[in-house]
Amino acid sequence: MTITTSTESGTGVPLRPDALLQVRNLRKHFPITQGILFKRQVGAVKAVDGITFDIANGETLGLVGESGCGKSTAGRTIAKLLEPTSGNIIFNGADITGYSRSQMRPLRSEMQMIFQDPFSSLNPRHTVGTIVGAPYRVQGSLSDKDIKTRVQGLLERVGLNPEHYNRYPHEFSGGQRQRIGVARAIALQPKLIICDEPVSALDVSIQAQVVNLLEDLQSEFGIAYIFVAHDLSVVRHISDRVAVMYLGQIMELADRDTLYSQPRHPYTHSLLSAVPLPDPDSGSRRERILLTGDLPSPINPPSGCVFHTRCWKAQDRCKVEVPLVREISAGHQIACHFPEDRPVFGQGGQTIHGPAPTDQELAAQERDRDLARGGAVTGENIAHETELGWQKRQD
Amino acid sequence: MTQTIDSSASLPSAPPTSFLEVRDLHVTFPTDDGMVRSVDGLSFKVERGKTMGIVGESGSGKSVTSQAILGLHNSTRAQVSGQIWLDGEELVGKSSEEIRPLRGNKMAMIFQDPLSSLHPFYTIGDQIVEAYRVHNKVSKDVAKKRAIEMLDRVGIPNAAKRVDDYPHQFSGGMRQRVMIAMALVCDPQLLIADEPTTALDVTVQAQILDLMRDLQKEFNSAIILITHDLGVVAEIADDVTVMYGGRAVEQGSVRDVFYSPQMPYTWGLLASMPRLDRDRKGRLDPIPGNPPSLINLPNGCVFSPRCVYRDRVGAACVTDRPDLTPVSDTHRVRCHIPAEQSQRIWLNELNPNL
Ligand SMILES: Nc1ncnc2c1ncn2[C@@H]1O[C@H](COP(=O)(O)OP(=O)(O)OP(=O)(O)O)[C@@H](O)[C@H]1O
Ligand SMILES: Nc1ncnc2c1ncn2[C@@H]1O[C@H](COP(=O)(O)OP(=O)(O)O)[C@@H](O)[C@H]1O
Ligand code: SF4
Ligand code: SF4
Ligand SMILES: [Mg+2]
Ligand SMILES: [Mg+2]
Repeated sequence: MTITTSTESGTGVPLRPDALLQVRNLRKHFPITQGILFKRQVGAVKAVDGITFDIANGETLGLVGESGCGKSTAGRTIAKLLEPTSGNIIFNGADITGYSRSQMRPLRSEMQMIFQDPFSSLNPRHTVGTIVGAPYRVQGSLSDKDIKTRVQGLLERVGLNPEHYNRYPHEFSGGQRQRIGVARAIALQPKLIICDEPVSALDVSIQAQVVNLLEDLQSEFGIAYIFVAHDLSVVRHISDRVAVMYLGQIMELADRDTLYSQPRHPYTHSLLSAVPLPDPDSGSRRERILLTGDLPSPINPPSGCVFHTRCWKAQDRCKVEVPLVREISAGHQIACHFPEDRPVFGQGGQTIHGPAPTDQELAAQERDRDLARGGAVTGENIAHETELGWQKRQD
Repeated sequence: MTQTIDSSASLPSAPPTSFLEVRDLHVTFPTDDGMVRSVDGLSFKVERGKTMGIVGESGSGKSVTSQAILGLHNSTRAQVSGQIWLDGEELVGKSSEEIRPLRGNKMAMIFQDPLSSLHPFYTIGDQIVEAYRVHNKVSKDVAKKRAIEMLDRVGIPNAAKRVDDYPHQFSGGMRQRVMIAMALVCDPQLLIADEPTTALDVTVQAQILDLMRDLQKEFNSAIILITHDLGVVAEIADDVTVMYGGRAVEQGSVRDVFYSPQMPYTWGLLASMPRLDRDRKGRLDPIPGNPPSLINLPNGCVFSPRCVYRDRVGAACVTDRPDLTPVSDTHRVRCHIPAEQSQRIWLNELNPNL
């Protein structure tokens, strides 16, 4: 594929206008309101705060980061299950940012979603046939008999028994339920599937079965995936390119091998160094970076570089100046003033500690907690999920 | 090297030699569908200052085992047999009145989900004070000082102030620290941690594992760490028990199990996980099929319906239950493949392709 690159003003990120999906400066803020009769906005959860990336046809982009960093919100906003606050989503050449529900409906065949929890993601009162056949029924172009034939074909394709057409979800194991979710998502041969932690709830041995299935379907149908996960090993296995998120922003984005063998962002280094390896002697060979504290609140993200409160490399500049995303080599973007040069899994076995939180930071965290507690965080209703047989959000 | 296993473990009459000895433990739940054999003849030992990692898929009996040690099974619903020796005292058969003074005092537990094990309506401080005063006759003020000390020890910043907060005011990682503080407040000699980091991010998991390691050094406690994450086990366990279908299928030192595993299920676990410390594989090697129902266990080897090495043995796999057989002083394996052959399979066929 030839990639024509252009540079959007304000970001140093080269873009691929021919990409299947282009996400530009996307933001999703959830307003926090107070008051019962007269609701006034007292703040916002900046769940996704300006992310930019592309996905080509048939490609897998991994999205990793700590819990609450905005991975699921990014996925749901791109799928238009949540209204974007600002930015653009260009899918298949069309800017769908402002599309209404009815404008989105025909696109649902091309963009699907698979969710984490195989136990709550399938309607317990519907048979497998009804669940997997729902996308065809919404489309309304096939007879019941044709739908049944297609669904049985799909069940077979994902490794389930086509005879189990009339069974209910509770009769299946976790891995089998996730296969049902996969069958539903591929029913209309989508170009893009947003997978939100599709294997996180599964045992390792079953995880591998589902990962292999997703890879097979990709090579068979040329589907592109956004693969949201917090397991860095699984993401390395399945992704072509990987984006590392922190507090709603992309810290680093690179092709898989570069990201895992030559990461440059201090946050990527700390994530990789924290993964426990199934090798008892590795501890003495590895360098470990121990981050202190937890993710700061996305209501009041830190000034300057959002990672500076936990970064062991932070300097004064980091507290005041936002590091712009820039490309440091072809296809490798980072947002950091002081990129890291050391090799990953470095020698020595010593431990580097992040800074301890200051009293001001602790006080600010407490304020945010109070704010989040006192004010109602307005959730958004995602009515069109049900229309597709997509499940309710469970977080 | 710790001596995890010795053949006397199967002789119920020999006196215990280790701090904790579980011998031939069976836990069975009678249900409408039949008998659920959740734990079926499990034995292991843990010394003070050492960590036993228990790994296995969900439903393999890990939590039921820990509940049995803590005496949490309801005698009308669960049938528990075998022996559990804690510091020379046999726990199986004790009434809940007899076990209660030990729980929280001599042995304590850290659960997977700290939010559901902390009471939402009481402050963190009140809950730790309560846990302390159950076993120590001290005033509330003294207990509160102790609570603050423990919170500080597990790395809660501003402990003197945060002690009056409610659980929902803490993040997931901080709640897990609180659970650890509460578990350790009475200096237990045995700590059972059931998936203590499963709900946490890797960065926070690394902090918690570090903390557990430090505290173990300080208090010389015996730890049972239950997890499905082989990376976590490799990082902090001294000995490992791999469970499948309610029984131990491989037991040994952490180096035995990770550097020379000899049982096809252990191989399957190691081969199915993608590894950051190896070259990326083109394709993962899953274990085919699903875990067994504990009501209708397969004949022969419980793992046989999913085992790709069955053909190398023949009929015995589906007719005879293999015993847990010692292959060295520290290492035991439940499989019909002869030890020399399984060593060759591991070295030549599996290890190079992980
Ligand atoms: N409907 C909502 N209203 C208000 N805040 C929300 C809403 N949904 C998510 N958030 C907040 O947005 C932030 C990002 O949440 P998101 O679910 O995207 O995280 P995530 O990266 O997927 O985390 P995890 O790994 O735990 O799934 C969090 O602080 C979360 O609490
Ligand atoms: N109270 C109970 N009644 C019936 N079956 C139970 C009960 N508790 C656990 N089990 C069964 O025992 C088996 C082992 O459970 P558990 O020890 O919780 O597994 P894990 O290894 O995931 O911790 C499972 O099949 C589970 O369904
Ligand atoms: S900009 Fe500064 S604080 Fe942010 S990651 Fe880079 S070095 Fe750390
Ligand atoms: S006894 Fe047979 S079926 Fe069981 S693990 Fe060994 S080879 Fe496989
Ligand atoms: Mg999520
Ligand atoms: Mg369990």
